[in-house]
Amino acid sequence: MPLLAWHALMAFIVLNAILGLVAYVTLLERKFAARMQSRIGPYYVGRPHGWLQPIADALKLMLKEDVVPTAADRGVYNLAPIVFLVPCILIYATIPFAPDLGVADLNIGVLFFLAVSSLEIVGLFMGGWGSNNKYALLSAMRAVNQIISYDLPFIFAALVPVLLAGSLQMSTIVAAQQGLWFVAYPVFGQLAFVAFVVATLAAENRVPFDILEAESELVAGFRVEYSGMKFALIQLGEYAHMLGTSFLGALLFLGGWLGPGPAWLGPLWFLLKAVLVFLLVTWVRWSFVRIRVDQILAISWKVLLPASILLLFATGLWVATRGAGA
Amino acid sequence: MAVDARQIVEIGYGGSERLTMNMGPQHPSAHGVFRAVLTLEGETVVAVDAVIGYLHRCHEKLGETLTYVQYPSIASKTDYVAAMTSELAYVSAVEKLGTFEVPKRAQYLRVIAAELQRVASHCLWLGTWCMDMGGALGGGATVFLYCIRERELILDRFEELTGARLLYGFHQVGGTRYDVPAGWDAKVRETVGVIEQRIDEYEAMLEGNPFFLARARGVGVISRALAEEVGVSGPLIRGSGVSYDIRRAEPYSSYQDFDFRVPVETAGDCYARYRVRMVEFRESIKIVRQALDGLPAGPISSRPGVKSVGQIRVPKGEAYARIEGARGEVGCYLVSDGGPKPYRMKWRGASFSNLAVLPHIIPGHKVADVVAIMGSVDPVFGEVDR
Repeated sequence: MPLLAWHALMAFIVLNAILGLVAYVTLLERKFAARMQSRIGPYYVGRPHGWLQPIADALKLMLKEDVVPTAADRGVYNLAPIVFLVPCILIYATIPFAPDLGVADLNIGVLFFLAVSSLEIVGLFMGGWGSNNKYALLSAMRAVNQIISYDLPFIFAALVPVLLAGSLQMSTIVAAQQGLWFVAYPVFGQLAFVAFVVATLAAENRVPFDILEAESELVAGFRVEYSGMKFALIQLGEYAHMLGTSFLGALLFLGGWLGPGPAWLGPLWFLLKAVLVFLLVTWVRWSFVRIRVDQILAISWKVLLPASILLLFATGLWVATRGAGA
Repeated sequence: MAVDARQIVEIGYGGSERLTMNMGPQHPSAHGVFRAVLTLEGETVVAVDAVIGYLHRCHEKLGETLTYVQYPSIASKTDYVAAMTSELAYVSAVEKLGTFEVPKRAQYLRVIAAELQRVASHCLWLGTWCMDMGGALGGGATVFLYCIRERELILDRFEELTGARLLYGFHQVGGTRYDVPAGWDAKVRETVGVIEQRIDEYEAMLEGNPFFLARARGVGVISRALAEEVGVSGPLIRGSGVSYDIRRAEPYSSYQDFDFRVPVETAGDCYARYRVRMVEFRESIKIVRQALDGLPAGPISSRPGVKSVGQIRVPKGEAYARIEGARGEVGCYLVSDGGPKPYRMKWRGASFSNLAVLPHIIPGHKVADVVAIMGSVDPVFGEVDR
C-alpha cells in the first residue's frame, strides 16, 4: 500500500509538472519561432516577454463556448479529446527524470513508451470521424496512413540505443551512456539519432510532416470542429506528446540526466537536453514547407523504413560481436 | 487546341464513392473568396468547379457614375495588391480616348511606381504561396513574414510618395499627382538594394530545400498550347514558354527606354512560374534604377495639379489600354459619349483570365497540390470579381 501511495503521489506530481511544462513549452516555441521570423512574439501579457501568455491562453480556452456540430457523432466526438490526451500523458509514466525519480521505471520502459505513444492515433481518428466534417475526415485518413508508416521507423530507430545498452529499462540505458552518449557512438548512434528525429517529426505531426493539421488545405484537420476546452485538451495532448518524445530522445541518445555537477542537477540536465531536442524539432518545423501525402508515404516506406531496419540489423550484428554496453 | 471547361480525370480508383468537398469561399488558402468545389477520389482531385463572384462590387457600373478625375483612385481597388497598375491602366485608357500628352518625367515616375509595385506584389505572392505550401504554422509562415518585411519597405516609400500605403491615387489623367519628395531617390535605391540582397536569401532558402522542390516541380503543368488557348498572361504564360510581355510587345509609358530581360521558362509547372517571378524581381529593380538615373526634369502632368476639380472632356469614341501588371495583362476598355464620365467601362483583370486555367490543370493532383497551384497562379479576388 505505501508503494501504491508513493506511485500515486509521484504520478500526481509528474502530471502537474508536465501540464505546467507543456504550457510553457508553447511559449518557448512561440518565442523561438518569432525570433526565427524576425518578430518578437508574445510580449504584452506578462511584460516583458509574455510570461503569462500560456496562462492567459489556457483561461481563454476554458471560458470559450463549447460548440458541437449538429450532425456530429456526439459520443465519439466528445470522447475523442480524452482518448487522445490519455496516451500522450501516459507516456511519462515510465520516464525516470533522475535515478529513482519517476512514476515507474519499468524493465520494459522503452517498449511501454513506444506502444502507448502510438495509441494517440485512436483518439485522433475518433475526432476526425466524429466531427462529421470532410476536412476532418480527410485528415483522419491521412493520420492513420502517416502514423502507421512512421511508427515503424520510429521504433526501429529507438531500438538502436536499446540494443547498444542491452536493456529496455530507461535507467539502464542512461547508465550505459556513462562513458559515451549514444549520439556520439560511432556511426550507429548518429544515424539512429537522425532517423529518430525525422521519425519524431512525423510522429508528432510537425512540418514538414504535418499533413493532418495542414491548415492551408484542411483548415485545421481533425480538430477543425473542436473549440474551447476540448480543443485545449487536444492541443495539450499534442504538446505533451511532443515533449515526451523529446524526453525520450534526450534519454536514449543524449545521456538523460548525465552531466557535470552534483547529482541533484541531473533532472535539470535532462530537462535542458529534452528542450534542446524540442527546439531542434521546432527549428525544422519553422524552416520547411509541408510535403504531400504521397511523398510522405514514399519517404517512409522507400527510404526511412528500409534504412532503419538495416541500421537496426547492423547494430545487432555489431553488438553480437562486441557485446552489449560496450 | 480546344479544351472543355470541365474536365474529369479517371484515375482507376477502386472505391465506390466520390467525395465532394468545398474549398472556400471561406478557407485559409482561398486567397480572398475563391470557392473550388473539388470532386475527390481518395486524396486525388478528379474534377474541380471554380466558383467566383463573392467579391463582386459592381465596379464597372461604378466606373460609369464617376468622372475621369474621380475614378483613378477607385481603380486601385480592383487589384488592391498592385494598386498602381490598375490606376495606370485606367488613366492610360482615358489618355488614349482624348489627346493628353504625358510629360516624360511623369512617364518615368509611372514606370518607377509600377516596377516598385511589381516587386511589392511579388513579395506578397512569394510569401502567401509558401504559406499555402508550408502552412501558417511552419516554414511557409517564415518566408511569408520575411517577404512582408520587404514589402513594408516599399510601402514606406509609397507612403512618402503619395501618403497612402495600399491604395494610392498616384496617377491622374495626363500625368501623376505627386512629384518625388526630397531625398526619395536615395531611399528607393537603398530599399531596392536591400531587397535585391534578400531575394538571394529567399532563393537560397527555397531552392536548396528538397521539400520545396518536391512540392513545386512538375506540379500544375500548363502546356504552351493550353496557356495560349485559355489566354493566361503574365508570369503564367512566360512560365509556359511564351515570351510575351506587354512592356516589350507594345511599350507604353517609355518602357522602350529601359534595358530589361523578359524571363521565360519552358517547364510550365509551379517551379517555372516561381523562377519567372524571381527573375522579374531583379529585372524590376534594374528598371527602377535606370528610371531613377534617367529621371528627366520637367512638369509631372500636362493638366493642373491635384487640387483641380476641373472636369476632363474627351471626344466621343472608345479606347482600350493594356499594361503589364504584376499578374499579367491588365486592360481597361472605355466608351465615351463625350461627357465627363465614361459611357461604359470594362476591366480585363489578369487574375480573372489566369484563374480560368485552374480547372484544366488541377484534376489529377492531390488535395495539397490544389493550394500550391492556386498560389502559383497568384489571383487577387478584387480583380477577379471587380
